[in-house]
Amino acid sequence: MSSKKCYHCNDECTNVLHFDDKNFCCNGCKTVYEIFSSNNLSYYYDLQSGAGSTPKIIEGKYDFLDTKKIVEKLTEFNDENLQIVNLYIPKIHCSSCIWVLENLNKLLPAITNSQVNFPKKTIRISYNPTKSTLKDIVVLLTHIGYEPYISLDDVDNKKKNTDRSLIYKLGVAGFAFGNVMFLSFPEYFDLSSSKSSGGEFWLNQYQTIFRWLMFIFSLPVVFYASRDYFIAAYRGLRSKLLNIDVPIALGILVLFLRSTLEIIFNWGPGFFDSLTGLVFFLLLGKFFQQKTYSFLSFERDYKSYFPIAVTKILLNNIEETIQVHDIKKGDRLLIRNEELIPVDGILITKNATIDYSFVTGESEPVIKKSGDKVFAGGKQLNGAIEIDVLKSVSQSYLTQLWSNAVFQENKSSKFQTLTDSIGKRFTTFVLAIAFVSTLFWLFYDSSKALNVFTAVLIIACPCAIALASPFTLGNMLRIFGRKKFYLKDTQTIEKLAQIDTAIFDKTGTITTAKKSKAVYEGITLSSEEELLLKSTLRASNHPLSRSLYNMLAENDIATLDEYEEHIGKGIEGSINNKYIKIGSANYVGNTIPENDKNTSVYISTNDAYKGCYVFKNEYREGISDFFKTMSETIQVAILSGDNEGEKSRLEALLPKLTPLYFNQKPEDKLNFIKSLQDQNKKVLMVGDGLNDAGALAQSNVGIAISENVTIFSPACDAILDATKFKELYNYIIASKKAMRIIKWSFVLSLLYNVVGLYFAISGQLQPVIAAILMPLSSISIVVFTTVSTNILGKKLR
Amino acid sequence: MSVIYMLLAISILVAIIFFVAFIFSVKNGQYDDSYTPSVRMLFEDELVKKSPKEKEQTYPTK
Repeated sequence: MSSKKCYHCNDECTNVLHFDDKNFCCNGCKTVYEIFSSNNLSYYYDLQSGAGSTPKIIEGKYDFLDTKKIVEKLTEFNDENLQIVNLYIPKIHCSSCIWVLENLNKLLPAITNSQVNFPKKTIRISYNPTKSTLKDIVVLLTHIGYEPYISLDDVDNKKKNTDRSLIYKLGVAGFAFGNVMFLSFPEYFDLSSSKSSGGEFWLNQYQTIFRWLMFIFSLPVVFYASRDYFIAAYRGLRSKLLNIDVPIALGILVLFLRSTLEIIFNWGPGFFDSLTGLVFFLLLGKFFQQKTYSFLSFERDYKSYFPIAVTKILLNNIEETIQVHDIKKGDRLLIRNEELIPVDGILITKNATIDYSFVTGESEPVIKKSGDKVFAGGKQLNGAIEIDVLKSVSQSYLTQLWSNAVFQENKSSKFQTLTDSIGKRFTTFVLAIAFVSTLFWLFYDSSKALNVFTAVLIIACPCAIALASPFTLGNMLRIFGRKKFYLKDTQTIEKLAQIDTAIFDKTGTITTAKKSKAVYEGITLSSEEELLLKSTLRASNHPLSRSLYNMLAENDIATLDEYEEHIGKGIEGSINNKYIKIGSANYVGNTIPENDKNTSVYISTNDAYKGCYVFKNEYREGISDFFKTMSETIQVAILSGDNEGEKSRLEALLPKLTPLYFNQKPEDKLNFIKSLQDQNKKVLMVGDGLNDAGALAQSNVGIAISENVTIFSPACDAILDATKFKELYNYIIASKKAMRIIKWSFVLSLLYNVVGLYFAISGQLQPVIAAILMPLSSISIVVFTTVSTNILGKKLR
Repeated sequence: MSVIYMLLAISILVAIIFFVAFIFSVKNGQYDDSYTPSVRMLFEDELVKKSPKEKEQTYPTK
């Protein structure tokens, strides 16, 4: 029976629905199949079987899309007869998805064009708003299992222009490099040596035009493509820092000036080939370093999770959709099932079951009673509720965290990379050599002094050094990405290698999000009672009932004679005059003092108390070993927002004397990290919920653990897939090794520089030598770093 | 007037044409999504299944 898979979503079917000789797990899946097959879209299932996802339909969830102002903000283009909208659909995962979403016009004729961007998981839809509104489209998408994710963020930060300037610069440099190489070919073979020595007459004749053409090609390279290096060097100098950009900018400038003088006074062909090649390789390194995971976002704040609009209830019971920013203190809001509570408020309706997993990472919903305070960020699970607003959005308990100064700072600007610190010494060294050798030649043969001075600056241009770091780290970034460890930028690897203290959040980080372990305490249940328990649990949709049901041993299921659910209390069911009550302690009539620190489900049969199932946090696999090896080199601490209920278990799991801190508020976590940093510690924070956002932003490296990387993670430096948690320490070690690779490639490139300097100081630097040495050193560095990082990556799991 | 000026002019012109083509393709977003087109080109063009009733059924919008 359990081998039957749903034709639409490929899930195991518990209640099989037969339709068209196919099995379906639920009505939702069946409906989607009907829609597809009746519109000739069943090719969907041929592309990939079981590709669909069960649609979750909530009535009225998208009513806010009727508001004109919101539609205006969401659409990219808005005209009387044409609207274009970009929607983020996290469910996009295979070629079937692309196909069906690009054939949307078969389902809704108003849609003229729909195009999927798979890596970004977005769809761009053009449609005629007079025939179908945006709401119709969103509802249709939801109906076929592709619910778009519309959040406050979509309204607030609109139209981020993608920065393509690096590609343009790379294009310009590559174009110029190729053409200059081609134009300087005759010079390489020395065909155009002076007429007196019997050079080739033909090319001799046109030498000037060739050279001036090279000059023209190098102009956009110097003044456009390499602009960033000049700007960075200028900024560095102004803040009295000798970063690696200073010798690069100096090298480019000297190359250009000397080459120009050479062709003006007809001294020689100039170094335009080396100049354009240098810039091209440098930009290539930059481009390689810039690996972005377009389906991930590292800059999310609460806005990415909050809804755009909510339903406000006016005095005369009229419902009105208002934007979240317009919510005022004292408003009464209607929060529907599965909706997020956007502000702090007081619960008016009787009971609410609120899931704070967005905030704390704790998956266990909290039961609230009328008059209780509910905090922003919770998700209502059990029917619609009404709340009275206490605070506006930006001042709520959770959201005010974002007014902290940490979120305004730019972390990366403060960090000095290894390349920069080497660059400082390198620049002083090069300038010293340049001046000393020039001085020497001034006395020895003053005609060569200027030649030597420029030659030193040209040959010492640290192209290879500047390439070592982008290629090593860029490749590491890709390797980590394949291991499901997604880093924001290459700098994060450098920072990770310096970590000496690691702080972990508890719930959702070192524990799994799903509670799958429960221990029974009390009088043993008879097999008849177990049957009754399981059959009753099966009827309930409460998350606790679901997980307890899945945990219980395989048992026959009997049909219940009676079943009733008391919201916020528990459930009861009966078979053959035996009845069972499952739920909170009060509800089942428990007299034993309640174990209030752990989540428990209490059971009584025929009014006699039996016992309870205590849910335990389940820790991730292998964390005991993980912390043991990690604590050998890195200081470890646990920072939890929960109570001390788990203290003894944690102590047993962790190495002795690991500091544990409980009841930490979001601000406390942030301040804790700050105080460690004041002691000159390099702190790694590993967390998962929005309540860790402050600590993640404050720490040197903030890693968010995520069960589903595409959907949920607060702003951070890196996102780690939850299944790879125990590999984290190996990743830190790998980043340390990557830094060692960079150091070795520095040594290698210094060797090239020494060889080049010999030619430069002795005054015999020919353009050919520069043209050979420069690409040779760059390419060998690229090969060395790529090969060694790949070897390093092979060892990772 | 030598032929080499002609040759130079032609070769540079060709290079510039390709360069401009590259700039335009970047500007039009051709490099923004390098994955989806590779999947899209494998789909069948049009799937006309001869359905007996030739029904013009569209999805009911509400």
